[in-house]
This record gives sequence, C-alpha cells and structure tokens, in this order.
Amino acid sequence: MYSRAYKATITMPPLVWVTAFLLVPYAILFCYSFWSVSSLQVITHNWNLQNYAQLFRNPLYFTVLLRSIRIACAVTGLALLLGYPLAYYLSFHATKRKDLLYQLVIIPLWTSYLVRGYAWKTILGSTGVLNGFLQYLHITHKPVEFFLYSPFAVILTLTHIYTPFAFLPIYASLEHVPRNLIEASHDLGASPLATFRRVILPLSLPGILAGATFAFVLTLGDFLAPLLVGGSSGIMISNIVVSLFGAAYNWPLGAAISFCMLLLVVTLLFATERLEKRYTIS
Amino acid sequence: MSGTFRSSRPPLLTGYALLVYAFLYFPIVVLVVYSFNGSGVGGFPPSGWTLDWYRQLFSDAALWDAVLKSLIVAAVAVAISLALGLPAALALDRAQFPGKALFRRLVLLPLILPGIITGLSLLMLFVGLGMKLSLITVTLGHGTALISVATTEIFAGLQKMDRVQEEASLDLGANHWKTFWHITLPNLQVSLIAAALLIFTLSLDEIAVTFFLIGRDNTLPL
Repeated sequence: MYSRAYKATITMPPLVWVTAFLLVPYAILFCYSFWSVSSLQVITHNWNLQNYAQLFRNPLYFTVLLRSIRIACAVTGLALLLGYPLAYYLSFHATKRKDLLYQLVIIPLWTSYLVRGYAWKTILGSTGVLNGFLQYLHITHKPVEFFLYSPFAVILTLTHIYTPFAFLPIYASLEHVPRNLIEASHDLGASPLATFRRVILPLSLPGILAGATFAFVLTLGDFLAPLLVGGSSGIMISNIVVSLFGAAYNWPLGAAISFCMLLLVVTLLFATERLEKRYTIS
Repeated sequence: MSGTFRSSRPPLLTGYALLVYAFLYFPIVVLVVYSFNGSGVGGFPPSGWTLDWYRQLFSDAALWDAVLKSLIVAAVAVAISLALGLPAALALDRAQFPGKALFRRLVLLPLILPGIITGLSLLMLFVGLGMKLSLITVTLGHGTALISVATTEIFAGLQKMDRVQEEASLDLGANHWKTFWHITLPNLQVSLIAAALLIFTLSLDEIAVTFFLIGRDNTLPL
C-alpha cells in the first residue's frame, strides 16, 4: 500500500538522527571505557581492560555499586508495596471518583523532581520540620541527626518520587484483567483471597514487572537524591560517575562504570520483556 | 457487569490508599506551607506568615532569565522530538527495513536508561566534535532523548487509527503527501498534542542530560 519513496522518507531522517546522536555516542562511551588517562591528564588511546579491573578490585567502587543495588532493591520493593494496593483500590473499589483519584497520583509527577528533593531535605534536616515537630511534642529533646544524610533519606525520597512510576503500569494491567474471570472465580466458590492470588495477581504480573523495572533502573541511575539528602554514607554509583567526569577527571573509568550500568539496564529489560511475554494472556 | 462486582469498600484498603496519598502529598504541602513562613525553611510550628519569598522570587532577574532559557529549550526540544518521532513512529508502524528491531530499541532506550548515561555519551560526542557546550547542546540532548516519548505516544495513536481512510484516499488518486496531510496528520492530532505537552514538561524537569551538556548557561532546575 505504501510506496518505496514514502517508506524511505519516513525511515531515513529518524534513522540517521538516532544513529548520529544515540548509537554513535553509546559507541564512543564503549571505546572510552578501554582508554586511560596519563599522568599529564591526557586521555591516551591504548586499549586495555584496566578500568573494568579497577571497578571490581577497588573496594570503594564495588561497595558503592553494591549499596546502589541495595538501595534500588529497597526503593523497588517499597514502591510496589505502596503502588500495588493503591492501583488495586482504584481499579476495583473506586467507582465514581476513579478519574479524579487517578489524576491525584499523576499530579505529583508534574512537580519538579528537584522541588520534591528539596522538600524532603526541609522535612528531614536537623532544624527541619520533622525534628521541629518531634521536639514540639517533647518526644525528643535534641535534633535527631540520622534522618537526613543517610541511605534511609535517599530511599525515602526516591520511593516518594518513583511510586507513581510503579503505580502506572500496575494500574493499566489491573484495568485489563477481564472482570468476568473474577466473577467466574467467585461463582465457583473461591474466596476473595484465593481469587486475588490465583486470578488477579498472575494477570497483573506484567504490570508489576514493568513498574519494578522502572523503579529499579531509575533509582540505580539517580545522582540527585544522594546529592541532596544522601550525605557521604548515601553516595550512589552515579555520584561516582559524575565526580569522575568532573573534578576527578577520569573519563575512561567513568565510561567503564557507565557502560556496566548500560549493560545491566539492557539485560534487565530483555529479562523482563521475556517474562512479560510469558505472563501476558493473548 | 463490573457494577455487580464487589461495590463495597474494604475499610482497611481504603485507609491504606489514603495513607499512600498522604505520603505522596506530604512533602508538596510542607513546601507550600513553608513558602509563606517568616523564619525561613524548617522548624515547627511554622511562624509568621509572609509573602516576602514571593517578592524576592519575582524580583530575581537571573532566575527569570533561567526560566526564559528553560522555556526556549523546551519549545525547541518539542519541535525536534516531534519532527523525528512522527516519522519514526510511522516507520515502525508501516516500513520494513534491516535493523528495524535494533532501531526500535535504540529509539526507546532513553525512556528507561538513566539520563546520566545518555547525557555523558552525548557530552563525549560533542567534545569529540569540538563543539562548545551551550544551550544548543542541551537542546539537542533533550530533543534526542525525548524522541522516545514522541515515538511511543504517536505509535499508540497510529495503532488506534483506522487504515481504511488512508487506503480510500490513495485509491481515489491522492498521492502520499496529500494523504499524509489530509488524513494521517488530522487523525493523529490528539496524540501529537499529548506528546508535545508531555515532552515540554519533561524537558523543563530534565536534570541529568542538562547537567552534562550545559556548560555555563543555566536553565531552571539547576
């Protein structure tokens, strides 16, 4: 139905652009990761695997990488714990005000990321709202310091930011659960819990996977929340990348860490895509 | 049918949902309340209501300069990503070419890949080309990263579109360009507007890509 000329016209411009501004840059990143910096701070093009070796040998990088993965797991778990029941409530129990309630989850997404980061800083700081409140009620007598500048603060802030991201695909998948299957399950005598466990939960698994992937990957790549509320004990892998590209000036090592993250994300995407296919009813 | 299905509201779940909403809105409410606070940020209870902060906000010239720059970057980023996202969505929908699967993954990758990786990959490209970092590099970065959003939205619109109209137009002798202009584009209007709004907002709030490509011109989130 469509001529060759038409197909060429729609294909070539985005293909050329994406190659130039995405494929080539990722390839450059890959090349950089094998280069090194000389003592005169010049990048030398002698190909070697030193950067990757350093990533796994240097305890600093490895500890931070593990911490980032732990934080990402915690945020993913919490986002699902908050997002799933909310999505379930909206999909099955919010009858009249469903659209309004849905919009209420979306609205925080329109608030700037940075603004929400600062808000948590205001709340958790030693002269912050939470400490002020606790002293006002005479629960504590001096500021609790560990609220801010800790992995806990990073997890809290990122859970707040990424819960809507986890909610969206879960809600979409719950909306697609055929209601007659649920009725059939009830009619056949299954308890509500059994219906949830054996009908609704398996059918919403693609949404859970998509939501978990979003929360995990976005948390893993985050460098602002650690900067704002993390302190030195809440540093994550992206902060190291940022410093390697800035003050520490070791682009090749930064590139190697970035490429590992890229690889991790792409692997995760492939894995969830395959799992989603397995659990999607056709 | 769905009406007969459990219209009752389990109180435990309702309460839980309320708590989640409270969690989502708590920081935003705190920030709004403390923006009127006389003694600056922090402390409890807030004391001395004032509009001083807002007066400072509106008289800060550097800040408004940054706002203007952000708006310009966002507008151009919308133009770039729609101009490339539209053909990309059309190509994914109706053209077959070698490397199509890779092309699809590549276009959509910035949607999920942490912005820091896309940002510094582009930084290496621009530095390699000898380009100076400026608002132009930021705009190119935003435009490129957000093609993913444009493509997803428009592709969804194309999936819902009825092909019959296009076929009829072509059968009746209109060429591809006319068909595109009179049939395809009007049918995609809603998707295009939705994509533009989304891209505009995402560009305003984009930090990671901006961080690496900005040089010395500051936009709003920074």
